[in-house]
Amino acid sequence: MNAQPSRPAPAGAFEYLTTKKDEFVGWARKFSLFPYPFVTACCAMEFMSVSSTLYDTDRFGAALPRFTPRQSDLLMVVGTVTHKQAPVLKRVYEQMCEPKWVVAFGVCATSGGFYQNYAALPGIDKIIPVDLYIPGCPPRPEMVIDGIMKLQDRIARDRHPIINEKF
Amino acid sequence: MSDAVFEQVREHLAGVAPEATVAHGVLALLVEPAHLLDVVRALKDTFAFDMFLDVTAVDWPEREPRFDVVWHFYSTRHFVRVRVKTRVPLADPIVDTLVTLYGSAHYMERECHEMYGILFRGNDDLRPILLYEGFEGHPLRKDYPKQKEQPLVPYRDVKP
Amino acid sequence: MSAPPVTQLPNPIRPAFETGSEEGSVIVNIGPSHPATHGTIQIVAELSGERVVRTDVHCGYLHRGFEKECESHTWHNLIPYVDRLNYCSALINDFAYCEAVEKLMGIEITPRARYLRTLLAEYSRIADHLTCIAAALMELGAMTAFLYLVTIRDYIYEHLADLTGARVTYSYGRIGGLAHDLPAGWLKRLEEILTEMDTFTGRVHGLVDRNRIFIDRMRDVGVITTADAVNWGFTGPLLRSTGVPRDLRKDTPYLAYEELEFEVPVGIKGDNYDRYYVRMREIDESAHMIRQLVEMLPAGPLCVDDRRCTFPEKQLVYTEIESLINHFKLVMDGPQVPPGEVYSAHEGANGELGFYIVSVGGGVPWKVHCRSPSFVHMGGVHRMLDGYQLADIVPTFGSVNMIGGECDR
Repeated sequence: MNAQPSRPAPAGAFEYLTTKKDEFVGWARKFSLFPYPFVTACCAMEFMSVSSTLYDTDRFGAALPRFTPRQSDLLMVVGTVTHKQAPVLKRVYEQMCEPKWVVAFGVCATSGGFYQNYAALPGIDKIIPVDLYIPGCPPRPEMVIDGIMKLQDRIARDRHPIINEKF
Repeated sequence: MSDAVFEQVREHLAGVAPEATVAHGVLALLVEPAHLLDVVRALKDTFAFDMFLDVTAVDWPEREPRFDVVWHFYSTRHFVRVRVKTRVPLADPIVDTLVTLYGSAHYMERECHEMYGILFRGNDDLRPILLYEGFEGHPLRKDYPKQKEQPLVPYRDVKP
Repeated sequence: MSAPPVTQLPNPIRPAFETGSEEGSVIVNIGPSHPATHGTIQIVAELSGERVVRTDVHCGYLHRGFEKECESHTWHNLIPYVDRLNYCSALINDFAYCEAVEKLMGIEITPRARYLRTLLAEYSRIADHLTCIAAALMELGAMTAFLYLVTIRDYIYEHLADLTGARVTYSYGRIGGLAHDLPAGWLKRLEEILTEMDTFTGRVHGLVDRNRIFIDRMRDVGVITTADAVNWGFTGPLLRSTGVPRDLRKDTPYLAYEELEFEVPVGIKGDNYDRYYVRMREIDESAHMIRQLVEMLPAGPLCVDDRRCTFPEKQLVYTEIESLINHFKLVMDGPQVPPGEVYSAHEGANGELGFYIVSVGGGVPWKVHCRSPSFVHMGGVHRMLDGYQLADIVPTFGSVNMIGGECDR
């Protein structure tokens, strides 16, 4: 594995143990994502397509949606979020436990899309932090899978403190 | 066949709806706000316009009275549509409600109220339906700027 | 690690009732982010045990300001917005809007465009019904039926992507015709997809139609009478499931429907089972219509030869000054539509989809209003939910096929 800027070079036995632990936990977490599909609009059609037989998310371990935020770790915001929906999204995000990742699926979730008016939120990163942006109106299923794979690379490279901040 | 029905409606309502035109297959009647309920009752009971399709408003800011309130009805027996229009000013945008005649009027009058500010006398449930509690103003009026947002959740600082 | 502070968030709605009306009843909030309500709908339900006493349905969580956007874009630029109303059957919205503008301009489309629009409208209707039935069956636990039907829907999406360039929201209709003509081999693939669809819907019928569990969950649940349905403004499969054969394609024919031979399926009781069956039969009728239209499709120009709305050919734009100016004016100012107003309705997948358009001359509309069937159905859905069990809310809601983009516009 290449040296990652987010992790200091192993300087001793403890750091070696931490790196190996991070690799193992990252591998486990990236292949067992439990998405919470926060579905609102047209992108839902592509979300249904990407979860079904022809473009399968089951191959990535991300097949089983958990419809409660307490049991899921990947919040997929699929479709336009309006100002009326914003408190609902924020509450769902806050109810999720760490570690959690957020995917903005589609241009409406990324930046508001072409709805630049009084009703639509201009991108969900105005209210919650986002880890992955998948553009497209709606994005093709191949783009969604590409996005999930990039997110998996990032989860694999991340630090995963499980006992305290150091380990 | 639709022409025959339109002729009958026009004759029957000649007193309250002097301006009646047929354009693109729809009979359009212009009535005074006070005569609205009588006209609609006549359409429903005598001419079988049993389906209430829609109520909306059109904003003409340069004109007085400012708003056109437009209703559309459909007859499942004669397969024709009729449009009823009234004009109300900004100072007194009140028309009668149709909830006593058609159940579908509930939601549609709520939408017309929140978008244009038209009040429906007799409908006491005019809560916002497409907009949210705390939204001020009526967005589809021509003087509401399109991009004036009223966020419910304050924006956070987005670090690139 | 200490817990992060809980943010105080405002409540975007005001429910119709705060306290229960019966002894010991509980008020429960379902949605708007809920797996089984397809789309963002919030139902505040008063429950007495498992029985639903009354409900208050709140929509509007997907209100994206379509009508306000319409007042600041040219007539052509609105076609992508109109697509995203009923996003499951996007082509029907395109054609309904284009026909309303064409009526105002006094344009009659070419025969080839008329037949092709009818064919694609029926194709979109099939995609919408497949989505509705697949989602409804999945909520009852029939995951296999969902996967069968969504596979066919995916073939339809790829096939339409070959034609229009996009899978879900196509922007293919144009004022005066269509964007471009069929590619080679498209009709052959169409027949292959329809044949495979017949196999798959046959399998779904076999799995579900006489299934004891399905019948118990869907028969006599969510019943609505014809009088109630008409009073609450129901149209489309919901009205037809109560037993009346009201269909705009037969009652007020438009496009090429007068020349086609098809039946209008109706239900008997107005319950969930009837709505499922009416949609399955409508899929068969649409396939039958498509097969007739493939035989009847004439050759000829696709777009009407009217420079008020049709873009000139690219080689003329690059060589002639008149075509260049025409192209420039159409893009920058938009097609000039004479003053007037029109209400034009098509039979969408959910019912009467109407566009009320007001023009003051010029390339930008004064007002565009969409009469959407889903919004009106949301006004009356409480008639089908009250009195039944909590678990019946899910299949009843699925059978109504509320599409958020259409409901909230």
